Amino acid sequence: MPYLVPTTLSEALTLLRDRRPTLLAGCTDVLPGQRQGCRIAELLDVTRLPELRGISQGPQGWRIGAAATWADIAAAPLPPAFDALRQAAREVGAIQIQNAGTIAGNICNASPAADGVPPLLALRAEVELASLAGRRHVALEDFITGVRRTTRAPDELVVALHMPRPLAGEGGAFVKLGTRSSLVISIAMVAAFVRIARDRIAEARVSVGACSPVARRLPSWEAELAGRNLDDVAGLKPDVAHLSGLSPIDDVRASAAYRIEAVRELCQRALARAVESAKGGADGR
Amino acid sequence: MAAEENVETTRFILNGAAVAVTAPPDERLSDSLRERLGARDVKIGCNAGDCGACSVLLDGQVVCACLTPTCKADGRRIETVAGLVATDLVAQALSGRFQDHGAAQCGFCTPGMMVASVALLRQEPEPDETAITRALGGVLCRCTGYRKIIDAVASVPAALADVGGPGHAGASIRRLDGAEKLAGTEAFGDDVAPPDTLEILVIRSPFPRAAFHFGDLEAWRAGQMGIEAVLTAADVPGRNVFGVIPPFADQPAFAEGIARFRGEAVAAVVGTPTTIRAFDPACFPVTWQELEAAETPAAAEATGAPLLHEARARNLMCKGLVVSGDAEAALAMADVTVEGRFTSGFVEHAYIEPEAGFAQVVDGRVEIHACTQAPVMDLESMEILLGMDRSAIRIVPTAVGGGFGSKLDISLQPYLALGAMKTGRPVRMAYSRTESMQSTTKRHPSDIRLRLGATRDGRISGCDFRGTFNTGAYASWGPTVANRVPVHASGPYRIADYRAEARAIHTNCPPAGAFRGFGVPQAAIALESLLDDLAEKVGIDPLDLRLRNALGNGVPTVCGQVFTQGVGIRACLEALRPAWEAERAAAEAFNRAAAGQLRRGVGLASGWYGCGNTSLPNPSTIKAGIRADGSIVLHQGAMDIGQGANTVITQLFATALGVPVAQVGLIGADTDVTPDAGKTSASRQTFVSGNAARLCGAALRAKVLRAVNASDQAALSVEAGAIIVDDGASRHRISLGQLAADGDGYVFASSGHYDPPTKPLDENGQGDPYAQFGYAAQLAVAEVDTSLGTVRLLRIVAAHDVGLAVNPLLVEGQIQGGVAQGIGMALMEEYIPGRTENLHDYLIPTVGDVPPIEPIIIEEPDAHGPYGAKGLGEHVLIPTTPAILNAIRNACGVRMTSVPVTPAKLAAALAGA
Repeated sequence: MPYLVPTTLSEALTLLRDRRPTLLAGCTDVLPGQRQGCRIAELLDVTRLPELRGISQGPQGWRIGAAATWADIAAAPLPPAFDALRQAAREVGAIQIQNAGTIAGNICNASPAADGVPPLLALRAEVELASLAGRRHVALEDFITGVRRTTRAPDELVVALHMPRPLAGEGGAFVKLGTRSSLVISIAMVAAFVRIARDRIAEARVSVGACSPVARRLPSWEAELAGRNLDDVAGLKPDVAHLSGLSPIDDVRASAAYRIEAVRELCQRALARAVESAKGGADGR
Repeated sequence: MAAEENVETTRFILNGAAVAVTAPPDERLSDSLRERLGARDVKIGCNAGDCGACSVLLDGQVVCACLTPTCKADGRRIETVAGLVATDLVAQALSGRFQDHGAAQCGFCTPGMMVASVALLRQEPEPDETAITRALGGVLCRCTGYRKIIDAVASVPAALADVGGPGHAGASIRRLDGAEKLAGTEAFGDDVAPPDTLEILVIRSPFPRAAFHFGDLEAWRAGQMGIEAVLTAADVPGRNVFGVIPPFADQPAFAEGIARFRGEAVAAVVGTPTTIRAFDPACFPVTWQELEAAETPAAAEATGAPLLHEARARNLMCKGLVVSGDAEAALAMADVTVEGRFTSGFVEHAYIEPEAGFAQVVDGRVEIHACTQAPVMDLESMEILLGMDRSAIRIVPTAVGGGFGSKLDISLQPYLALGAMKTGRPVRMAYSRTESMQSTTKRHPSDIRLRLGATRDGRISGCDFRGTFNTGAYASWGPTVANRVPVHASGPYRIADYRAEARAIHTNCPPAGAFRGFGVPQAAIALESLLDDLAEKVGIDPLDLRLRNALGNGVPTVCGQVFTQGVGIRACLEALRPAWEAERAAAEAFNRAAAGQLRRGVGLASGWYGCGNTSLPNPSTIKAGIRADGSIVLHQGAMDIGQGANTVITQLFATALGVPVAQVGLIGADTDVTPDAGKTSASRQTFVSGNAARLCGAALRAKVLRAVNASDQAALSVEAGAIIVDDGASRHRISLGQLAADGDGYVFASSGHYDPPTKPLDENGQGDPYAQFGYAAQLAVAEVDTSLGTVRLLRIVAAHDVGLAVNPLLVEGQIQGGVAQGIGMALMEEYIPGRTENLHDYLIPTVGDVPPIEPIIIEEPDAHGPYGAKGLGEHVLIPTTPAILNAIRNACGVRMTSVPVTPAKLAAALAGA
């Protein structure tokens, strides 16, 4: 049977260990990546595993099933802390892609321009992996190690993503920059998460995509943002030094120099919108 | 498909019926639907999720069938456009609205648009534009500019003529071929071959320039299961050369010994579908030796650069020149001068239908069914390549999913014909998106230097234009571009002292050919940009400056051609004045109040376009007949590539004959049954074939009237088996069954022939190159984000002189579609060989990138046009890009001289400003 569609996790993990099939979730990248003349012998479809579905809140925080689609995420009753993720969910490709593409597929595909990764980094997402040997949790920044590379072992399956329990005063925003309005690979994108308390930024996490092999947070800027008065937010923009962890390239979409300048601007906008989101105002757009 | 191992059986509900498919696990749902289940209404445009043409509903959610392995549909419910339009009330109502608005042009994206719209309307019966834009953002359309689609989905009332009316010239009627496009039954290039037909895969050069040699092909083939034939240049029975302009024909069907551009065909394999799908081109026995390539005109003109074609020294293919008066002297005497250098890159046509077709040998004749803009030119090319008499070749055009110039040249026709002849079996092929982009023609990259002078009161005094055009590896329509550009580079303005030279240079790039405007849009960028600079220098409003210099009746063009009537540029410019004044004031107010990074600007530009061939014969013939049963048959060979020739030609014919459009049946295009109506290019079908149709209708009418000696004023009406002729004084009934029928079965038959009157150009480009021009002026309102360098368009107003709008609805559709292509050229489109060979790296506008476009139809009748009509297809695009550039300049003070104006480029210019 070349199409494997298990309905229990243990069955899926056994198949994965024994047969090493091509993993399939939303399938927005698998077939376009196929070269002429290369056939896929065996597919393992994980989207009918109940454990991989669903978006729910538990005592430890939020859990998003690995096979949740972008449309699922956009429609889920997530708190304002997740605004960046929800906004990203509505900007991935277009509706055809959002209806099919999954959150775990986005991180496992590990494209530098994956729209899902910056919001998840800003949310300090943890990846839950399962194999027949057991389960492990790994921070997203440790999970994606390079362009199209992750620490997922061949017999492991991403089961879910976990986000810490939200606190009061959190908000987020996602700003994507592309050359057209939809179906566009980002030139750069920024996700911001903030927690505000008593007119100040208590905590901020900002991450940047499409400007390094793996999306990166901006820890030095985040540190400077902590404690800033909300009235000053509009003028806050990272310096080039804050972006030293980025390594943008020149490509058909934009130059590296442009990306750096654009990211500074996008950070400013994302931060301002995240603060609005945290204040319980608009959704950040 | 025979003998497949490793298959899986998938069961699902397709349009309400239970179906089962047994296929390999990685087969795309789009392929299963089309090839195993007969659902050819699902279209394939990219196989990458980039275009959305294949959109279907999976359990009610819209997805791309090309991304979905068929297995994933197991137990699900799939709906396609054909099923929806057949049974779903929402879809049926929407189908009617699509037709009322002309929201389907070529119709290739229509299944995707319909499916995505139905998904939306089921959720939100009365969506606003934001919701529509979001719902349709995943489906690309290259014809319509999206605005009519938005109107149809939003249930905006349509402005159609009375449904029961005659539908004559001037009436907005639905396209005559619209219902098939909405129902998904229209057959495009890949929709005619039976399942299991042998397929062809072309082996292409991976390098811009390479020497190559083959191994033992026959021995290799003998060892391959399922490969029926290998094709190379050795299989070409005639001369291995084609080209649209015979004196310049230089392109081989298969390269011989050396490949001149990346993507050039060197061989092809013909095999069963299963074999072709599993075929890895790397296993083909060919050895490549990459050679130094010249990929820019500068490199190709450098001393010692390798010659693309031995006879063309320094890789210069040809030059075009127009000289009148003394440009240098006038510039020297001018009160002010401005100058600039303007560049543009390759632009890809990006029709949503990749080239596709089917061929078979029938009774010793080769039949080629493929998408094309020029069936008779295809026939002429195939005659030479096949070394066969034309009587042994039949070209049967399929529906065409967009062309815009590139489907004027043959592409896969030789492979189809050779494959059918060598195997003796029917064959088919469809280009992948990448091979379509790699191997077919592009808009010429341009490098233009322009100097322009003016008197203090704003009259142009001297114009010197020097353009270098990258014509790629083969001639294609490069000579046309070189000739047209100097004639048009003046714009629709009076310039007494003028010199314009255009040179076409060969490079190791894909051939540059025809694309909506033949180089004129590139030239317009230079001129219209500098006109704004001039206006600033002399302190005259840009609209007034253009009006001051605009051509009028009796005023000579730069070719010395004087039109005594029909010059409509002033009316176009004046039509923009209300919007110009209001938008300029609004933009100034916005910018005065602006605290943030946004700035608004308004720009305008003009354009003109000579309809038909430049000083060359350009005839069309249309024929028609009336059968004994009273049916009227129009042999319509003017290719409808989405622009609406089937409808417009019929309207003109019916007007002349004096019967309602609804009584005319169409056959063709087919080189066996339709006379040559020329190519669909150069804005010529409404004008030239339209005149032929008018003459054909008039001749048929005269024959009928003569039969009963009725006067010219008589009214005709047709009923079963009879024609009634009523001239007021008397009423005659011609009983058709009693008349002798000709070989076509017609009791009355006629044909119309028209060739526009032109005169040759002399060595200085003086003469009468065209019998008529169309004129245009457009205004763009843009908002620039000065921090990011992004441009958002707010509004386009487009005034176009079409002489007479034969079908105003279709005119509006042409305008909006042309403007959208101009937006793409201005802001995002650049084809870079090897880097942007797909529709996610090469970006064309999506629905959210096209602002409201308000067409203003100007009707300055032309004495040569049918009922005064002029051509339209190119001047819809020509002013758009410069109008946008001028709007950007007005917004933020930056003169952009290189398109596309990507955010990075504009930001860099702003930083330097």
